Amino acid sequence: MTAVSTEFPPSQGQVSSRRPPSQVNWGDRAFKVTTAGFAILIIVTIAAMALEMLTASKLSLREFGWRFLTSTDWNPVVGTFGALPFIYGTVVSSLLALALAVPVSIAVAMFLSEMAPPQLRGPLAFAVELLAAVPSVVYGLWGIFALAPLMRDHVEPALRAIFGFLPFFQGPNQGFGLLTGSMVLAIMITPTITSVSREVFRAIPRTFREAALALGATRWESIRTGVLPVARPGLVGAAILGLGRALGETMAVTMLIGNRPEISASLFAPSYTMASVIANEFTEATEDLYLAALAEIGLLLFAVTILLNLVARLLVWRVAGTTSGGRA
Amino acid sequence: MSRSVRTRSLVDRAVTVLCVAATALAIVPLFSVLYYVAARGLGGVNLAFFTELPAPVGEVGGGAANAIIGSLELVGLACLIGIPPGILAGVYLAEYGNSKLGQLVRFSADVMAGVPSITVGLFVYSLVVLSTGHFSAYAGGLALAIIMLPTVTRTTEELLRLVPEALREAALGLGVAKWRTTVSILLRTALPGVATGVMLAIARVFGETAPLLFTSFSNRYWAESLNEPTASLPVQIFTYAVSPYEDWHRQAWAAALLLVVFILVLNVSARLLVRPRV
Repeated sequence: MTAVSTEFPPSQGQVSSRRPPSQVNWGDRAFKVTTAGFAILIIVTIAAMALEMLTASKLSLREFGWRFLTSTDWNPVVGTFGALPFIYGTVVSSLLALALAVPVSIAVAMFLSEMAPPQLRGPLAFAVELLAAVPSVVYGLWGIFALAPLMRDHVEPALRAIFGFLPFFQGPNQGFGLLTGSMVLAIMITPTITSVSREVFRAIPRTFREAALALGATRWESIRTGVLPVARPGLVGAAILGLGRALGETMAVTMLIGNRPEISASLFAPSYTMASVIANEFTEATEDLYLAALAEIGLLLFAVTILLNLVARLLVWRVAGTTSGGRA
Repeated sequence: MSRSVRTRSLVDRAVTVLCVAATALAIVPLFSVLYYVAARGLGGVNLAFFTELPAPVGEVGGGAANAIIGSLELVGLACLIGIPPGILAGVYLAEYGNSKLGQLVRFSADVMAGVPSITVGLFVYSLVVLSTGHFSAYAGGLALAIIMLPTVTRTTEELLRLVPEALREAALGLGVAKWRTTVSILLRTALPGVATGVMLAIARVFGETAPLLFTSFSNRYWAESLNEPTASLPVQIFTYAVSPYEDWHRQAWAAALLLVVFILVLNVSARLLVRPRV
């Protein structure tokens, strides 16, 4: 019997390690090398990006050092550059957006994966995904003509009437400012957080819920005791992915945040973000130092978003276990 | 659990209502945006919008013909530059991706997907625009391609992995070489899914503005070649939206309508394409 099988010619499709070295399949070899080449291209691109940004910002790195991060003096005319107002605007608008979007997104994800009738899930999930498909610049346009007037005439007066004793809700309501920028950011990161949270919920075995239900728990109790504790790291990861997206978001924020490099306690006041200052000033910058300062802001943004994505993906993998994480 | 059954079921009810309310709240902006774009955009769409160049600053009228064509050129270039490498890299990840290198590539693709699009613009600016000395459609296309690349790669990988192992084994068992199996059997089976992923990636870059600001820049006239600054719909919307002119606002809405319709069509057809199979 064994003799028979050895009479077959060696199959073309065998695993190459079992093949005698003389019968290397050159087609396969070439295929592997080609595809590997393009795969490596991705690594090269990311590395080139880091290197290029570093070189572009060298002048500013050398001139200002750490002072760049703590100085509020942004004056292209005299050539002093401090990025603190932009860092402040970016961090505050993104965190505020996160605070607005996370509760809503997790509730949406919970509704879509735990509560909604099956025939509603598909269309509703699609609608939330479409929120992510609308281009940033269209959100900006909508923001200028719909959201900003709404904020100026209704939301901001109402906030002042209720919370006016806090410094965050004082000053003239202008429509264009930190709060409006955060609102549009919140809308834009909701689909990201929702879809990753749904993925996290979906990864949790049915039995976790059923165990609680079998003990007489209501649906909410089964979610609270059986699902949420397990899902927590994944949900934190989803929020961080949302944060990463908010930090780098450019157009809509640029069109709504007011673009003034000032640090003000009031959320109604205009502010400026890192991405916005690059978008607005890069093509106007002619001095080498000016360009380098803007590139350094870009480098900072690049480094921070990479770090956040890293942490977020590790957290999501811990729960969902797949490599598919949401798109940031 | 000392609370009565009544309070417990009330809490349950309340949470459900909250979740429904949150879902409604999340979807309101979508409808608001679509409503505004449709209501204001339809008023701005006319024949001139599709056929004429922008009117001189301050004058009423004119169109966005150059921006429409420019956008198509930019996205076309992005597809040419971004899709083939993306698919091949995806094939590598699906076929040989369990190696150290595979892990690193996957990780890089994820990192790349999270890079803010404006920094991609900066990168291409210093890579291409600085060395050629001028803005061009090529630079814009490259920036968009870099944004597409990770999506296309990861989608291709995921869909190739979904193809049943039996298909591969059947082909290999018939003596088909591994690379032929991958190309003619696995990729072909996964094609509708990959096409869907590519369509979604195209829909995404079609509306990208930030990476174009300092790569393809803008142009109020026809670009003579791909090697010149090129107008595009998203950049046009941005410029017009923040301008003080009434007529430019009208054209911004019209351009937004065109963009949104195109993106919706891509998204909906991607969804219809994938539904019967999965």
